[in-house]
Formats: sequence, structure tokens, C-alpha cells
Amino acid sequence: MIGKVLGRIYIGLVLVLLYAPIMVLILLSFNNSRSRVVWNGFTLNWYRSLFENDAIMNAFGTTIGLAAASALIASIIGLFAAIGMYAMRKKDYKTFMFFTDIPLLNADIVTGIALMLWMVRFMPLGFSSVLLSHITFNIPYVILSILPKLETTDIRQFEAARDLGAGNLYAFVKVVLPDLMPGILAGFFLSATMSMDDFVITYFTKGPGVNTLSTLIYGEIRKGIKPEMYALSSILFLMVLIILIIANHSAKENNGYEK
Amino acid sequence: MKNKIMATALILCIICCTFTGCSSQRSNGDNVLTVFNYSEYLDPQMLSKFTKETGIEIKYEEATTPEEMYTKYTSGAISYDLLCTSDYMVNRLIDEGQCQSVDFSSMENFGNIDPKFMAESESFDPGNKYSLPYFWGTVGILYNTKKVSAPVDSWNVLFDGQYSGQIIMQDSMRDSFMVALKYLGYSLNTTDKNQIEEAAELLKAQKKDVESYLVDEARDEVVAENAVMAVVYSGEAYLGNQYNPDLQYAIPKEGSNLWIDSWVVTKNCKNMENAQKFLDFLCREDVAEANFEYIYYSTPNKTVVDNMDEEIKSNVAVVPTEESIDHCEVYQTLDNETLELYNTLWKELKSE
Amino acid sequence: MNRKKIQILSIPYLIWIIGFTLIPLVFVVSKALVTPDDRLTADNLTAIFDSVHRKALITSLEVAFISSLICILISYPAALIIRSFRIKNRKAMIFVMILPMWMNFILRILAIQMLLSKNGIINHLLSILGLGQIEIINTTFAIILGTVYDYLPYMLLPVLNCVLAIPDDIVEASKDLGANRYTVLTRILLPLSLSGIGSGITMVFVPSMTEFVIANILGGGKILLLGNIIEQEFSVTMNWNLGSGLSVALMIFVLVSTLLFGRDSGADRGYVI
Repeated sequence: MIGKVLGRIYIGLVLVLLYAPIMVLILLSFNNSRSRVVWNGFTLNWYRSLFENDAIMNAFGTTIGLAAASALIASIIGLFAAIGMYAMRKKDYKTFMFFTDIPLLNADIVTGIALMLWMVRFMPLGFSSVLLSHITFNIPYVILSILPKLETTDIRQFEAARDLGAGNLYAFVKVVLPDLMPGILAGFFLSATMSMDDFVITYFTKGPGVNTLSTLIYGEIRKGIKPEMYALSSILFLMVLIILIIANHSAKENNGYEK
Repeated sequence: MKNKIMATALILCIICCTFTGCSSQRSNGDNVLTVFNYSEYLDPQMLSKFTKETGIEIKYEEATTPEEMYTKYTSGAISYDLLCTSDYMVNRLIDEGQCQSVDFSSMENFGNIDPKFMAESESFDPGNKYSLPYFWGTVGILYNTKKVSAPVDSWNVLFDGQYSGQIIMQDSMRDSFMVALKYLGYSLNTTDKNQIEEAAELLKAQKKDVESYLVDEARDEVVAENAVMAVVYSGEAYLGNQYNPDLQYAIPKEGSNLWIDSWVVTKNCKNMENAQKFLDFLCREDVAEANFEYIYYSTPNKTVVDNMDEEIKSNVAVVPTEESIDHCEVYQTLDNETLELYNTLWKELKSE
Repeated sequence: MNRKKIQILSIPYLIWIIGFTLIPLVFVVSKALVTPDDRLTADNLTAIFDSVHRKALITSLEVAFISSLICILISYPAALIIRSFRIKNRKAMIFVMILPMWMNFILRILAIQMLLSKNGIINHLLSILGLGQIEIINTTFAIILGTVYDYLPYMLLPVLNCVLAIPDDIVEASKDLGANRYTVLTRILLPLSLSGIGSGITMVFVPSMTEFVIANILGGGKILLLGNIIEQEFSVTMNWNLGSGLSVALMIFVLVSTLLFGRDSGADRGYVI
């Protein structure tokens, strides 16, 4: 019992560490001053002016679209890649792993400039070039999230399903995929967040007029972050929180159903 | 295995073909200008105003440093028509033949630009053939009058150890060396190896007193009173004073850097007439005033300065007086050898 | 089951590697091997051993190593505790851990700066409580703290994934056979979660080697990491050749060390399919 309480306290402390800066940012979105270091009373103005700011709203749309599309495509390619790699000989596996590490290893700025120099040769820079770059650096995260799952998956179940007459695809979808799902989801979310967070690679591969929140924020450090940005981040945070609560809630219902 | 390789090669070929097939035409339409500027350096409403008045569409791109601009520009990924960048980068672009000369005198509102700045521009654009001054300013010390007893008038205050651990220096190679060079009484464009090394020694000795080397966040740190003083660009000083009225800006008597950010028309620009329309538009009184009020950097536009409130006009950060910039110099591009020396010494300083 | 057939699934990824990893890499390597005036040289690669660069490399290794270690030390117990939760709570916990990453990275680091700085929020709270002040901003420790904060979810997720996947039966069986808690941990849980820790290390250690924003903001620009130097060579000095050379050298360095010590956990699994 004491162990359980201590455990909860420990998790609580980790959460404090993770959430303290977030709280600071949310607090800033209510600060009635353009400066982030001066507290000048409570206001909701930034939430109002946020929706009138075309630059921010456009960048917001681009960012979300980019995150969703790149995470989805990366998850699909990454899932297939991980399964294929899992079936490989040690040597091939290691070679693939080696190349999987490279996008992680390269300094962002090197990846960004190299991709820019390469893509300029066959396509105009724009949204699609950023998308391709994001998929590139997202796939490794997906693979790294799925591989550990594959290793703990009991492959005999798959074989059993096939012995019982299931086709490859059917056995895979019904038996292996559910086991891998947490890994795939983790990979998807990691990818989406990586994509949302990236500045350097986006900056070098984007075309004129395309902006993500990161490129906007980076430009603003110089003259001071616009408080609307804190407001938007807080809204975004709240939205994700609500989605997660709903997802969790419906998952609970499903669980009840199965039992 | 062989089959696998063949299949891969085949798919690769197909992909390559489709990609080259949809290869772009990158040229801009007739009525589009691609403009590259520093971030937050122009009131966005002015862009739509320009489009409304002239029917010319603007594709607007931003960067934070001249080097970033240069990288993006030279990669050729995007064909920019107009660029706003700093003195030494303008110099470099002109030297590399990247700019088109512009007939400024034919522009209706060109007369609004104070001839003084055209004269200053000569140091990086001899003959004023290519560049149009947009904003300008100085580098100086932003300090907290509550914590610093005597008024600051010299770089000395950064080096005498009195405010140890409370100083913020610029995290930019030339700006930091400039401070030391000027303090020692040398030119900030010096190529004398000994002078530069002397400056580096001075900076190394100073490092223990430095709270941090920052670029953009320096102002906020002084506003929050995490530091007593910081080397900042004059434009930052005005805002700093708005947030914390105890802050004052001073241009040290030894002199400092006077910087000018200017517009140039690149050699990629196909429609000079439109580019000139845009430059002319920027010189117009109401537009220049809107842009000034958007960022509060010093403007070279006479009509805007004349119309300012007395309070703003008397602020040395916004409108530097003649005598305060008496000893100031504009950066020139350094030759490669000197630049390499700078780089080495700077890295040594930072990794100390 | 035909192994070859399954391997084919990796082909789209293979193409992607060639198109968007290998070819750009060739650009980087070809830059790294020449001087700015296009003469062949190895100087850019060996430059990593110059005194300034070596120092930065060592500091970077320190930061990356200590940060990864702290991340493991935080994540692993957390994962074990979450394992003891009911299933629906487990899922909720995973999302709670990943949620902070939806705030922009630069904004989060700026927030940490505001927490830690001299006149910052933590010091304000401490002085209200009548306690001493912390002075860790602009030190290597602040950078480590920022790195741990930023990369913790990347360690938590794979470790959690792995720990949660260990079947309860195995743990129960070992307990029935008389294993005490310590033995269960060292003989059962740890070995079975090594692959997760391995993934976590790659996701934390490797990117933190080339990271530069954290060092710039929390280190006050006084501490130079290798990431800062590479970034400077590209964006300030504009010596792309040296920048490429340093990053290729770094890449070789890290790849060799991961090949030597790294993810070998999957190596002895044989061919399961």
C-alpha cells in the first residue's frame, strides 16, 4: 500500500516536471502585456485578436495539415518497413537500422540544406517539399516505436491463425496488428509532434508564403513573441487534451463491451 | 535477391521520371513580386494596401539573419525579386553581381529619403546605384538606471568588472568584436591582425563578467532585471523602455556601429517597373510612417521624422543625434583572411 | 512463412531512404570532402579534433550522456509504476506524457528560461518561502535540465511501450518459482525491456548531440556544443564545407558507437518468422 502511494507521488513529480513550463505558457496567454517578462494583469484580449490574425491562423492550418499528413504517410511506410526489417537477416537488418539512424543523427540544419539542394532540382519548393522532408525525418521515429513491439509480439499466434485457415492478410490484420497498435499510435503521435515542432528543416525546404507556427515563432523571438501565439498554443493544448479525454472515455466503454 | 534489386531500380526510375516530368516552371507571373525581408520588419497591412493600389501581388518571405537570407537566395530555390538586408550583405551581393542598378531619381517619393543616408550608404554601395535605405540604427548599451548609478557614456562600463555577472553581450561575432575594437580606439573595420587579437584578448578577459551572450532575448532579460545592462540594437531599446521605464539607452562616446538595412533589386527580377513601384511605395510618407510605427526602428524618411511627437523624436534610440553618431562607422565586408581570423578567435572565446 | 515475401514490405522505405536520405547525404559528404575552392581534402573531417571542436565534442557528449542517463532513471521507474495501474489508466498515462510536446518547442524552452532565470519564477517562489536562491541559468546544468525536459517523452514512450508489453504471466511465474522483487526486476523485467531503452537512447542521445537551441537559450551562449558550432558554420560563418565535415565526422562517431554498444538486443532473436 505504501509502495502504491509512493508510486503515485513519483508519477506526480514527473508530471510536475513535465507540466510546469506548460503552465507558465498558459499563464502568459492571459498576460495583459506584450512582453513575456512583465505581468500586467489578466486579459482575454489575445484570444480575441488571435482569430483576426490571418498570418497565425494560416500558419496554424498549414501546421496541422502538415503534421497529420506527414505522420499518416510516415506511419504507413514505417509500419511496413518495420515488419519487413523484422524478417530480415541480421546483416540486412543492421544496414537498414544504420540508414534509419541517419536522419536522427544529422544536425537538422545539415538535413535541411541538403534536402533543399536536392529537391530544388526536380520540384518547386512549397508545401509538398516540406511534406516530403517531414515524412523523411518522421519514418525513423515510427520504426523505432514499432520495432520493440514487434519483438515482444508472440508470432506463434499469427502462425496459429494461419494454421486455422486464415489468409496472410487476414491473420495479420486480426492478430498482429492489434498487438502492434500501441506502437503504431505512439509512432504516429511522435511523428505528428516532431512535425509540429520542427523549425530548421521546414525553414529551408519551404516555399515563399508557406509558414508553419514554428517558422512564425522563430521569426518572432527577435522582436518578442506575440502573445496571440501563447493563446493559440493554449487552445491547441486544450483541444488535444479534450480529444484525449474523449478517446479515453470511449476506450473505457469499449472495454466494458468486450467483457 | 537479384529480382529485388531489379524491382527497386525499376520503381526508382518511375519515380524519378514522374518527378522530373512535373518539374516546375519557376518564373513568376507578370504581376507578382517575390519579396524577402527580415521578420517583423514591415507592417503586413501595407502589403495588402500595395496590392490594392497597384494590382501587383506580393509573395512575402521572411528571414532572421542576413546569412540565412544569403543561403536561401543563393540556393536559387526561390527566385526573389527584392531583398532587404544589412549593409555588409548588400556589399557582398553587389560584389557578386547579384543586384540590378535602380534609377532612384525617377521615383516620385525618393526625395523623402534623407540624403545623409545615401551618403552613408556609399561605404557599401559606392555611387548609390543599387540600394535604398529602409531602416537604420546604432548599437549601444541598454541599462537599468536603478542599478547603475552614474550615467553610462562609455564601453568602459562593460570591461571594468564593476557589474560582473550582470552584463549581456551580443551573441554575434562582429557586434561583440566591434565593442572591444571601439573601446580600444580602433576602427571596427580594421584588418590589422594585432588589433583584432588585442580585442579578442579583451573579450576573453571579460567573459567571466558576462551573464550571457544573447541576440534576440537580450532586451527581455534586461526588462526582467535578470541583468543590469545589455549591448543591443537601438530599435530594441525603445521597446525595452516601454516595458520598463527604468531602462535607458546610450551610444558610448568611443563610437559604435551604425547600421543601415536597405532594399536591393536582384538580377532575377524581370519586371523592374513593378519593383520600382514597390520601392516608391515604401518611401511614401503614410507607408513609411505605418512601417515605423510597426517596429520603432530609426527611419531614414525625413517626412516621417518631421511628423513625430516631440517625445519620440527626442529619444536617442529612435532618432540618434548628430553628435552621438559622430564616431560611428558602418560595417564593411571583411576580406577572407580577416574573416577567418575573426571566426577562429570567436570560437575560441565562446568555447573558453 | 516466407521471409523473403515479408521483406518486400520494406521496399517503399528502401526507396525513400535512397531518394531522401542517401542522395542528400551524398551532397553533404561531397561538401565535406572539399575545400571552399573545390580541392579534395580530409581537413574538414579531421577538424573535429581541433582543440576548440574537441572541447565542444566532449561537452556535447557529457550533456547527451548525462541527459540520457537521467531520462532512463526517470522513465524506467515511472514505467514500472504505470505498469501496476489498471489498463485504462495506463493508456491515459501514455497520452498525458506525450501531451506537453504539443506546445511548441521554442516556447517551452523559453518557459524554462523564465522558470530558472535569476529573477525567475522559481527564485521568486523560493524567496517567498524564505529559502535560498538557485543560480543554475547559463550553466551546463541548465542545458542538461532543458535537454532532459525536452527529450523525456522520447525515452518514456518506448520504455513504457516495452514494459507494458511484458506478459504478466512471466512475472507471476517467476514469483511462483520463488523469485523476490529484486530478482524479478533484474532477471525478468530489465532484460525484457532493453530494446525499449535502446530505442529511447537513440531518440534522446543522438538528437541531443546536434541540438543547439537549448544551449543557446539556457546556456546563455556561454557554452559551445558541437551542434552550435555546426549551426554557426552554416548560418553565420557560411563555411558549408567545414559544417558538413564536422557533421559527417559526428555522424561516423555516433554510428560507430551505436554499432559497438547499441541496439544489439534484437540481434540474437534469430529468425522468428
